[in-house]
Amino acid sequence: MENNTILETIGLSKYFYDPVKFQVLKEIDLKINHGEFISVVGKSGCGKSTLLYLLSTMDTDYEGKILIDNQLVTGKTDKELAIIRNEKIGFVFQFHYLLAEYSALKNVMLPGMKLGKYSNEELEHRAMEHLKTLDMGDQALKMTNQLSGGQKQRVAIARALINDPVLIMGDEPTGNLDKKNSDLVFDIFNKLTQEENQTLLVVTHDNDFAERTNRIITMEDGKIIS
Amino acid sequence: MNTKLILNIALHLLRARLKQTIVAAVGVTFSIAMFIALVGFMNGLNGLLDGLMMNRTPHVLLYNEIKPSENQPIFLSKEFKDKTNFLGSIKPKNIGLSIYNSKTIIAVLKKDSRVIDVAPKVTLPVFFNTGTIEISGIINGIDVLSEDKLFKISDNIIEGKVADLLQNNSIIIGKGLSDKMLLTIGDIIKITTAKGNLASLKIVGISEIGIAEIDNTMSYTSLNTAQKMLGEPTNYITDIQVNLYDIESALTVSKEFKDKFVVDAIDFKTANSQFETGSSVRSIISYAVGFVLLTVAGFGIYNILNMMIYEKMDSIAILKATGFSGNDVKWIFISLSVIIGLAGGTLGLVFGYIFSSIIDLIPFKTASLPTVTTYPIDYNPIYYVIGIVFALFTTIIAGLFPALKASKVDPVSIIRGK
Ligand SMILES: Nc1ncnc2c1ncn2[C@@H]1O[C@H](COP(=O)(O)OP(=O)(O)OP(=O)(O)O)[C@@H](O)[C@H]1O
Ligand SMILES: [Mg+2]
Repeated sequence: MENNTILETIGLSKYFYDPVKFQVLKEIDLKINHGEFISVVGKSGCGKSTLLYLLSTMDTDYEGKILIDNQLVTGKTDKELAIIRNEKIGFVFQFHYLLAEYSALKNVMLPGMKLGKYSNEELEHRAMEHLKTLDMGDQALKMTNQLSGGQKQRVAIARALINDPVLIMGDEPTGNLDKKNSDLVFDIFNKLTQEENQTLLVVTHDNDFAERTNRIITMEDGKIIS
Repeated sequence: MNTKLILNIALHLLRARLKQTIVAAVGVTFSIAMFIALVGFMNGLNGLLDGLMMNRTPHVLLYNEIKPSENQPIFLSKEFKDKTNFLGSIKPKNIGLSIYNSKTIIAVLKKDSRVIDVAPKVTLPVFFNTGTIEISGIINGIDVLSEDKLFKISDNIIEGKVADLLQNNSIIIGKGLSDKMLLTIGDIIKITTAKGNLASLKIVGISEIGIAEIDNTMSYTSLNTAQKMLGEPTNYITDIQVNLYDIESALTVSKEFKDKFVVDAIDFKTANSQFETGSSVRSIISYAVGFVLLTVAGFGIYNILNMMIYEKMDSIAILKATGFSGNDVKWIFISLSVIIGLAGGTLGLVFGYIFSSIIDLIPFKTASLPTVTTYPIDYNPIYYVIGIVFALFTTIIAGLFPALKASKVDPVSIIRGK
């Protein structure tokens, strides 16, 4: 079966029960191909982050189906999902989350150490390369609490890239970055989709950023409207 | 699973909370150290008291017990064999206290490879006479050399020498007796045996065991002198005391000798069963105290790990988001507690050893065991093994619940919560 889909959802719905029952996502059908660079836009509170958490396999409390790489992930165990996240998905959160106990470099290396595909020296080298392309080479050995918000965000982006995931998701990954760095990140993402055939799904409030991607998904009230 | 990575993460988490980690480990250290010191001391005491007993009790004692004959004539009768027979007014049989064929038995025992040595003995109840007063007592006629070899009686002689008993008509008396009768070395003591024989013996030594009851009544003389006082031949022996290389086999060996030599035999454990009770009570106390201390330390670890989980929620969420499973997170926190337990426990063993050594230096004198000069400590390595196993066990249990909780942290709710 010749199939270029990396991510597919079928009738994806999500409810919150607290304080009242409320449907955040309504029967979302979505299909994304390898190598696409997609931005997701929509008003605050329309469910963009919620959708991303579902797609990242971290949130398993939903109705409908999710397929990653033509593989049904709905109903898999915590352990299997952890392996999928480690191997196939890179995630940049809306708020940069780094481990305070490690240096920036080690933070980037950690998912790679978990995957165990490369030796530690090789990983360190690769992590350093990623940090350098993000203009963070000179900050690599700092502890994370010694970094600015934008710098933390770039470390988080480097971490998302370390395992060469087929799918990279970002929840406002450039939210804290200035125009120059935002452009830098865009170029890196663009290059990944073009040269490595990796797929990017990025939630953004930055219209300029969204305009330049291949495809824009617009959400409203838990539905995809275009 | 990636053990090295998990340990690495655990160590980094610990380092970030160094002070609390140290507090938790010190709790374990303290309890293990106390446990080691306590168990070592208690078992040292047990050993001392056992020594006190073993110094005076042969492993196996052969003797004749005064008792009725087990085979009464009626049992031999075919006619009444299947009946229930009631016998009244049975009297014990007079077989005498002397062990029949004692010389042969001693010769056989001396050749037995399990036997360290054999010490024959004659005990005779006597009256010590001074003026018009008669004090009842016991004279042990002993084989001086083997008795000293087995029971180290020379340790308890405070004046004079055991070897002087080899002279004819000499006696060593207890300190209590000497104080009461105002007799010292070189004096002559007058003795009446139960059968009315009179004897005068020269005092060559004074012994003190530290137990008044014994020091007031017990005295030693040579086997020959005792036999002479009784007017009995040299094969008259009332007790044969046997010490064995393998002390644990005493019970079985005593049964074997009983059948083989047709005498009564008793092993030291049966003869001193109350000692065993005291020993086990002391052991139980020390284990119970150790257990209580460790439980308290366990709660400390539980609290600290729990607190750490609340502080590290973000880190846990990140680990999970980047591909660590709940199981991995669980192992990270279990490793945390194992590290605390292992570090605290090992230090505890070291401090326990130091405490034991300090107790070992405190002076402690007792008349009953003249060779003991400081408090006794048992350094048996098995207590150290128990200590570290105990420490690991409690810390793992204490860490298990927080670890399970951490493994269940929902990353989305944390990430969203920011
Ligand atoms: N834990 C929760 N319980 C109940 N309702 C929730 C919970 N989390 C989010 N919501 C609601 O779900 C809706 C979607 O939230 P979501 O975070 O997906 O919005 P968003 O599109 O990412 O917004 P923003 O652009 O501001 O980040 C919101 O109305 C929010 O109030
Ligand atoms: Mg959002």
